[in-house]
Amino acid sequence: MLTTFWRQTATGLRVLILFTIVCGIIYPALSYGVAHIPGLAGNAEGSIVTAKDGTPAGSSLIGIDPVAKDPNADPYFHTRPSASSENALGPADTSTSGGSDKGPFDTKLVDTVDERKATIAARDGVDPSQVPPDAVTASASGLDPDISPAYAAIQVARVARVTGLPVAAVQKLVADSTEGRILGFLGEPTVAVTTLNLAVAAAR
Amino acid sequence: MSDTVAGLLQVGALVVLLAVVYVPLGDYMARVFTSERHLRVERFFYRVVRVDAGTEQKWTTYAAGVIGFSFVSVVLLYLIQRLQPFLPFGFGRGVDGDTIPPAMAFNNAVSFVTNTNWQSYVPEQVAGHTVQSAGLAVQNFLSAAVGLAVAVALTRGFLRSATDRLGNFWVDLTRGTVRILLPFAFVAGILLVAMGAVMSLKSGTDVTNVDGAQYTIPLAPAGSQEAIKELGTNGGGIFNANSSHPFENPNALSNLFEIFLLLVIPVSLTRTFGTMVRNTRQGTVLVAVMGVIWAALTAIAWFSESAARTPAAIAAGAAMEGKEVRFGIPGSMLFAVSTTGTSTGAINAQHDSLSGGAGAVTILNMLLGEVAPGGVGTGLYGILVVAIIAVFLAGLMVGRTPEYLGKKLGRREVTAASISILAMPALVLIGVGLAIALPGTGDAMNNSGSHGFSEVLYAYSSASNNNGSAFAGITVTSDFFQTTLGICMLLGRFVPILATLALAGCLARQKKVEAGAGTLPTDGVLFSVLVGGTIILVAALTFFPALALGPIVEALS
Repeated sequence: MLTTFWRQTATGLRVLILFTIVCGIIYPALSYGVAHIPGLAGNAEGSIVTAKDGTPAGSSLIGIDPVAKDPNADPYFHTRPSASSENALGPADTSTSGGSDKGPFDTKLVDTVDERKATIAARDGVDPSQVPPDAVTASASGLDPDISPAYAAIQVARVARVTGLPVAAVQKLVADSTEGRILGFLGEPTVAVTTLNLAVAAAR
Repeated sequence: MSDTVAGLLQVGALVVLLAVVYVPLGDYMARVFTSERHLRVERFFYRVVRVDAGTEQKWTTYAAGVIGFSFVSVVLLYLIQRLQPFLPFGFGRGVDGDTIPPAMAFNNAVSFVTNTNWQSYVPEQVAGHTVQSAGLAVQNFLSAAVGLAVAVALTRGFLRSATDRLGNFWVDLTRGTVRILLPFAFVAGILLVAMGAVMSLKSGTDVTNVDGAQYTIPLAPAGSQEAIKELGTNGGGIFNANSSHPFENPNALSNLFEIFLLLVIPVSLTRTFGTMVRNTRQGTVLVAVMGVIWAALTAIAWFSESAARTPAAIAAGAAMEGKEVRFGIPGSMLFAVSTTGTSTGAINAQHDSLSGGAGAVTILNMLLGEVAPGGVGTGLYGILVVAIIAVFLAGLMVGRTPEYLGKKLGRREVTAASISILAMPALVLIGVGLAIALPGTGDAMNNSGSHGFSEVLYAYSSASNNNGSAFAGITVTSDFFQTTLGICMLLGRFVPILATLALAGCLARQKKVEAGAGTLPTDGVLFSVLVGGTIILVAALTFFPALALGPIVEALS
């Protein structure tokens, strides 16, 4: 019985080493190769988007909240809150990812949500009841690239005022960064914040 | 289009996709495990590892192969992690320096070898690309292939007559990997990259945000690993945020595709079973049970999350804490139910922040024994064991001969099935009991009261069922949690496997008996109801008190 076990284990070791080479080296290497053919390479390296001057300005798939130098003249569309941020609102710690893991009855979470709601309502000059749910809740990844069209809408007036762009022009930029449901029914409508902010910066 | 209609269409599209591949994939997998012919690459492989592919094994030898292989897998995976500083693509990642500490490396090794993929580390800070791709992801393939092999061995037990041979473990393992997992994962990985997933060997890329601030965005070879992570019902993310991370799951299309991937093999395996035992209705009966449980739990989770009236949801206006905008509530609930009903444990929303009803559904789904539809292989042998118990119970109730597929269910068979089915509940209840009795556990919880209890219940349910998802607020890096959760993963994996293989051995040794007037038909609606009833009965009787203390209290408040 025991000899059977050790003999099978020895076979197991040889099989494991061979499969480590096949599944652990050849498979990812082949996948890497195919993922870097033209058309896929951009995706494979993180969907990097560039600013007007060509410098890498972020990933279209990663949302990092921009911070205005003067809070009273804030020209940016803001992302959703991130659990890895030091404050209730503000940029994520990009070295990690994840959510708050706060439960539905957590009183601290309720306080944080209320604080965010008040801050955003004051910042964008709207009634707190107009601040949508995604604006005041931390995302699952902490790097959510998207906001809801409702959250983009309440930010338009402020961005237009601070940047000096006409409201209609900002609305047009928002519309350009808005995606409906994929195929009309998959997921939810989204506004991609990183590309939107770059479009606003380019239009100024 | 209203939100509800869109959500329903999304569920409908998933069901149609699964239905389309059900017969071809199920029959293909049956051919893989019954074909006499070895591929040329397989023959080369057998020569190199010195396996005689022509010999068949007794259940004890087959089991020795499973255990021995898993043992060396744990050892090698532990060593790869500990040797990270000397390996390429390590980038100096680790805990307090560039190493992965022993307790964590052990827990990870057990976790990935048992198909659990419970993660007590932040991947983008701790694990470099070599540890991820050549260590952890290898077990994503192999642990799934082990599950497939055990399910196939049990199926052969029903199929064969008066023999002590169950097949050759190394051949089953090799075929499952080479003919099923590798080719499908390769195609799926490329499709995921086409949808936007990353596949990079860089540690990260530097960007200047629109406000002028500099950031480094971590990158990883995610595409290839994401594919097998879902296809093999593993669930271990290459990023901490798992499938909620935009680089792992970039949009609603990739989300649906990943849910499809994690369901497709467990669902289609019921067809493989039916085809192998030459009565496809036997498979249809099982997939019907899985489908009804999955659909019911999806409906409950979706409804309760959309209508959440918890303090956090009321303050925010909707239960969006811990969810991504692109998936929304329907896309998150579809993923949550599918990942806890399989042994995947990948997440696209933070389960800890789910409102009471949906949180209870995710825990219950695991406690049902992960048979809706279960993990790769584990789902099929799990539900077959339940079916045996159902036949036995029905036999007791109406005085019919307990027979299933021409095999008599005697004392040995029912004992083996009972051990297989009771291992998980015993581990969960003992683990939770111990943890709650210890004074330190309160500090480890991220939430107080009944939700804190739910975090502990979730942790032991997840480990013992080899799921791997978490109410992740709980801090599980203490020695107590690392050790006990590690034990739960090991016993929760290998006790049912050994019992299942013993059962297969008993069944294969019997001669087939012809179905008589007293035989309960097992290919109709009545039997589906019996199997479903048994699943719910076992879970309800075992877990009602534990569920009442945590999730049920939350769902009612």
